Amino acid sequence: MAKIIPTKTPMPEQDPAIRRRNSLEVPLGYTPEQAMQEARRCLQCKKPDCIPGCPVNIDIPGFLHLVAEGKFIEAAHLVKRANALPAVTGRVCPQEEQCEGRCVMAKKFESVGIGRLERFVADWEAAQGAVQIPPKAPPTGKRVAVVGSGPAGITVSAELALLGHDVKMFEALHEPGGVLVYGIPEFRLPKAIVAREIDYVCSLGVQLETDVVIGMTYTVDELLEEFDAIFLGTGAGLPWFLGIPGENLNGVYSANEYLTRANLMRAYDFPNYDTPPIRGNRVITVGGGNVAMDSARTALRLGAKQSIIVYRRSRAEMPARLEEIHHAEQEGVEFQLLTNPVAIHATTSAVSEGSAAPAAGTGNWVREIECIRMELGEPDASGRRRPVPVKNSNFRIPADVVVISIGQSPNPLIPQTTPELKVAKGGVITVDAETGKTSKRGVFAGGDVATGGATVILAMGAGKKAAVAIHAYLETGEW
Amino acid sequence: METHECKTTTAGHPAGVEILEQRMLVPNVNVLTVRAPAIARKIQPGQFIILRADERAERMPLTVSDWDREAGTVSCVFMQVGTSTQKLGVLEPGDRLPTFVGPLGHPLEMANFGTVVLTSGCYGIGALYPAARRLRELGNHVIGMVEARSNFLLYWVEKYRSVCNEVIISTFDGSKPGKKGEGPVHLSDLLATGRKIDRIIGVGCTFMMYETARSTRNSGVKTIVSLNPIMIDGTGMCGACRVVVGGETKFACVDGPDFDAHQIDWELLLSRRKPYMEAEAVSIENW
Ligand SMILES: Cc1cc2nc3c(=O)[nH]c(=O)nc-3n(C[C@H](O)[C@H](O)[C@H](O)COP(=O)(O)OP(=O)(O)OC[C@H]3O[C@@H](n4cnc5c(N)ncnc54)[C@H](O)[C@@H]3O)c2cc1C
Ligand SMILES: Cc1cc2nc3c(=O)[nH]c(=O)nc-3n(C[C@H](O)[C@H](O)[C@H](O)COP(=O)(O)OP(=O)(O)OC[C@H]3O[C@@H](n4cnc5c(N)ncnc54)[C@H](O)[C@@H]3O)c2cc1C
Ligand code: SF4
Ligand code: SF4
Ligand code: FES
Repeated sequence: MAKIIPTKTPMPEQDPAIRRRNSLEVPLGYTPEQAMQEARRCLQCKKPDCIPGCPVNIDIPGFLHLVAEGKFIEAAHLVKRANALPAVTGRVCPQEEQCEGRCVMAKKFESVGIGRLERFVADWEAAQGAVQIPPKAPPTGKRVAVVGSGPAGITVSAELALLGHDVKMFEALHEPGGVLVYGIPEFRLPKAIVAREIDYVCSLGVQLETDVVIGMTYTVDELLEEFDAIFLGTGAGLPWFLGIPGENLNGVYSANEYLTRANLMRAYDFPNYDTPPIRGNRVITVGGGNVAMDSARTALRLGAKQSIIVYRRSRAEMPARLEEIHHAEQEGVEFQLLTNPVAIHATTSAVSEGSAAPAAGTGNWVREIECIRMELGEPDASGRRRPVPVKNSNFRIPADVVVISIGQSPNPLIPQTTPELKVAKGGVITVDAETGKTSKRGVFAGGDVATGGATVILAMGAGKKAAVAIHAYLETGEW
Repeated sequence: METHECKTTTAGHPAGVEILEQRMLVPNVNVLTVRAPAIARKIQPGQFIILRADERAERMPLTVSDWDREAGTVSCVFMQVGTSTQKLGVLEPGDRLPTFVGPLGHPLEMANFGTVVLTSGCYGIGALYPAARRLRELGNHVIGMVEARSNFLLYWVEKYRSVCNEVIISTFDGSKPGKKGEGPVHLSDLLATGRKIDRIIGVGCTFMMYETARSTRNSGVKTIVSLNPIMIDGTGMCGACRVVVGGETKFACVDGPDFDAHQIDWELLLSRRKPYMEAEAVSIENW
């Protein structure tokens, strides 16, 4: 290999001062020259550590080699053998913990920009109109219902369609894509990319029925009368709240509502679209994950003068992707770390001394959020140091809008109407990790519904495994 | 919205749900009938659907107020109050709704309770009609109380007479055949007679339901109302519809929409309806 280049080829990005007010994508993507230059940084390891770091085991050095030679389409096709949604994962994977985190280059220098290159080849393939439809197996006559059109459902549908099965995907909302359309904002994952992927799945012959809530419109048992197998990829969409006083005041939202209005309902284009956006001068987002970053950055784009993240642990424990934290900071999002909300107030008052504050919850609109300082104690079950409150450290932050972004669990509608389906703590559907089999014959599940809120690539990985198991079940009839 | 070649919408209907009938019942109140067989097959009294009038419209919840399981049709009675309901009001038979999803929410509890009073106003008259029909079938003595500002705003009275044992009409202005005054007032009067009433169900605007709850609070009669907070998805995903019942936060779309009227935090509920008033004014001007 030639001389080692220690740092990643920089990614052209929209200027923070401009992008914080628009909904266009932030990173602009590599040019072909930049892509080839970056791909040449790969050492083409004999025993590449990056591959096991990727949950779907993409042949990373293989595709990087093709990029380095300018064979972008071939590279895209190689990636797609392992990963049906590279344009998505290249943008949203937590690469620093996965492929790039394991790259040998990362030991001494910066890792190879695997995610950026994955995105590049996928976008290149689409721009050239060179999207390849792999050969489909002859029809098997078997029918599969896929519930939910997020990354897990999309993956299962595509894999099974290629194996010759007749697949129908059901989606509760009016647009397919799951969190990719209702949650992750346009500036991070343009809707057109998700639509492109859905079109691809449709081009494989998968049928899609939107506006159908399984458990309500049809039950799982009714689906089983018509379909030979079912895959549940319904995600983890039920938002948690803190359970603190004042949380039901006007101006307090779940991140799901906040982001759904902006993304799915296009509230950012109000009044051209009818759903009103949630605007405020001072927006406080509670939480430290990707969802919180997306909310805080969306607030800026909706015109907030100040967008503050309140998180109870320190920066090192924040579960969000590094890139998102970095982008949020560049755009002017402020961070109140080691801070935990204890009440939301509708009244304005001087900073409270301890609990001598006026009663929370009077009046209609949120005006302040009362927080307490935290310090890090002993590590907890997750291995992260547990935050503990500092006595008498209460203080207040003025707020017009508060967005609660502390996590989600699976929606109970399907388990409630499917008694044989076993559910574990936190509402997750119990599955066999290798096959996705649930406790009910013919019913498989995977993605966030089986793990709780996780990542796009893990949901896709679960979808792939389930597709293999569903295929075997359809072929043999053995459960 | 991006369209996908293979897309079929709402229970197998390509390109949306077809409107079969759109009729004004009384000024500002319409009945809309659509073809939605999967929903018609399943719907129970008290359940609702969510629709979008067009691709840019809000998702709007409406209670289903009648259906024909065999013909595969469902009807909703709606009041034209703002952009979404007015957009819906101008659509005609043959037009298609891009979204019409349901049934959503829990059905109203239906049993032979004994004597049941159904009290309703505005869209609630339509919304409660299926409950009246079913309760009568189950052997209840059904008293239907309908209220309107004036007699020309009354609708479906004959439909009510056909399924209720008694119908009590009230008009705010006293125009005949109504008794003068609001429904909840007459409900208080009815309770004051000492007549045995086993259950009261109220559907209408939030304020009317609040008044119903007040007038029955001391009677000890179980009173159920159907809440109508702002909703987006209707499947438990956004939390916009949260209400406090018995001190606990509930999502009206999946835990309700019907709740014990005496357990509801009314002050909170009334205040949570207001946040978008300014925006709604902008929206309607723009439309
Ligand atoms: C704001 C936000 C930002 C995120 N950022 C990242 C990121 O940067 N990187 C990353 O890797 N991950 C991220 N995640 C997590 C990631 O999006 C999820 O882990 C992933 O989408 C899970 O995929 P899924 O297919 O299991 O479910 P989902 O994407 O949740 O899709 C489930 C679908 O099922 C539908 N559904 C639910 N119930 C029913 C029913 N009863 N009938 C019919 N349909 C139903 C839902 O409407 C939904 O469309 C983020 C999540 C959020 C909310
Ligand atoms: C579960 C459920 C079932 C419902 N069933 C029906 C139904 O069967 N028929 C029906 O007509 N409506 C029903 N609603 C209410 C209906 O969804 C709203 O009226 C509608 O969304 C208003 O939209 P809009 O854009 O036309 O009005 P907006 O522009 O949102 O509102 C205009 C003005 O009217 C006020 N307003 C809105 N809705 C109501 C209301 N219900 N009562 C009093 N004031 C109101 C608003 O505060 C605002 O000031 C139901 C609501 C829920 C949650
Ligand atoms: S799918 Fe994700 S983890 Fe795998 S190579 Fe691509 S960016 Fe890395
Ligand atoms: S570990 Fe890094 S350098 Fe080695 S093959 Fe993978 S990407 Fe290339
Ligand atoms: S409407 Fe979204 S949770 Fe009820």
